[in-house]
Amino acid sequence: MIRTVGLEKSFGSNHVLRGIDVAIKPHEVVVVIGPSGSGKSTFLRCLNLLEKPTAGQVFFRGQCVTDPHVNVNEVRREMGMVFQRFNLFPHMSVIDNITLGPMKVRGVSPEDARQTARDLLKKVGIAEKEKDYPSQLSGGQQQRVAIARALAMKPMAMLFDEATSALDPEMIGEVLDVIRRLAEEGMTMVVVTHEMGFAREVGDRVLFMDEGVIVEQGTPEHVLGRPQNPRTRAFLSKVL
Amino acid sequence: MALDFSIIPGIIPALLVGTRMTIGLAVIAVAIGLVIGSFAGIARVGANRAARVITSVYVDFIRGTPLLVQLFLVYFGLPTLIGRPVPPFIAAIAAMGINSGAYIAEIVRAGIQSVDRGQMEAARSLGLTYSQSMRYIIFPQALRRIIPPLGNEFIAMLKDSSLVSVIALEELLRKGQVVITRTFRPFEVYMVVALIYLAMTLAISRLVSWSERRLRVVD
Repeated sequence: MIRTVGLEKSFGSNHVLRGIDVAIKPHEVVVVIGPSGSGKSTFLRCLNLLEKPTAGQVFFRGQCVTDPHVNVNEVRREMGMVFQRFNLFPHMSVIDNITLGPMKVRGVSPEDARQTARDLLKKVGIAEKEKDYPSQLSGGQQQRVAIARALAMKPMAMLFDEATSALDPEMIGEVLDVIRRLAEEGMTMVVVTHEMGFAREVGDRVLFMDEGVIVEQGTPEHVLGRPQNPRTRAFLSKVL
Repeated sequence: MALDFSIIPGIIPALLVGTRMTIGLAVIAVAIGLVIGSFAGIARVGANRAARVITSVYVDFIRGTPLLVQLFLVYFGLPTLIGRPVPPFIAAIAAMGINSGAYIAEIVRAGIQSVDRGQMEAARSLGLTYSQSMRYIIFPQALRRIIPPLGNEFIAMLKDSSLVSVIALEELLRKGQVVITRTFRPFEVYMVVALIYLAMTLAISRLVSWSERRLRVVD
């Protein structure tokens, strides 16, 4: 469903991605791990073109989306993204945060958008908060709203950029539960995370990135349990 | 020579006429400035390079030169180019409006840039276009931060409008000068003129800090 070929990204002289080749199948959950600065987030942000790759291609459902003629908005609406810092719209209520995209991008009627939003809020376990503003919610609740906001677009894939890194420890579980449920429902996902236990549990495949390349990849048992590469081992010995 | 406050009641009506002109000038100038400044401020953060360069030359020129010189350019300079005189009132609001536009452009730019980058990213990642993201996400948040400095810009315009007295437009200061030729009491008259300016600017700065408090609660 998503494929990258020779993906590279530089910020000035800083060569963050040095050639990434990945193919992600429908319903696959790919977990990306690696030290900070390894390029995990940049890789994820290149997939929905929040970052413009310096070289290489990104294919989404067979279409080369790095082609300058492609309408990036049409690509992005099919790929939901969840951010480390939630990035909810602070001047809108929870329900308006969720209905904005479907109404303005997909042209869904306000009634239908609200109905979908309520169903999603129920699904992420905060149905009673629809009239609240983001600042009235805890971090975990805000992130669950952000997930609902992304899902409201009915995307074909979801990208999670360290979705639990900005949360207090007691709130990480409630957010991981939601992501886990999505995985069980067969959502295609790319998850950048520092939660190794979670990576092992939900990942169909784990990518270990370091210094802009994929050092090692395979099943969670393989990469996390019996890592072959010394850099993977060194990283895991620090975080496990 | 002793102060003579008994003249004050007699001069107040004339000064109030000038005050009305002063307020009118500032309101029209800031209104024009708001239109120019909104477009210029948006262009300053936009992707169009030509628009960025043009607006930054405009802002630098206006902020780097005295309003009085800009006024003279319009009132004395422009007629030699277009071959006919520019009425004082038109010259005044044109110079002040263009001047205000540059300061408001910077206020608008700062307001837009004060909104967290993640807001634009979240909006774009939903598939909203750049202009939809600006309209629904960035502007509403920027507006809250723009209103207080806009009040300060209005205060500055109110005070700077006294400069147009030199082109014989009868605003508050000019009215004071006219009154002095009748009463020969410059100290008393200028004192009253100063107090009228003070009353207006104090009232507006109160309004600004009240709006600052209100807008913060919503955030």
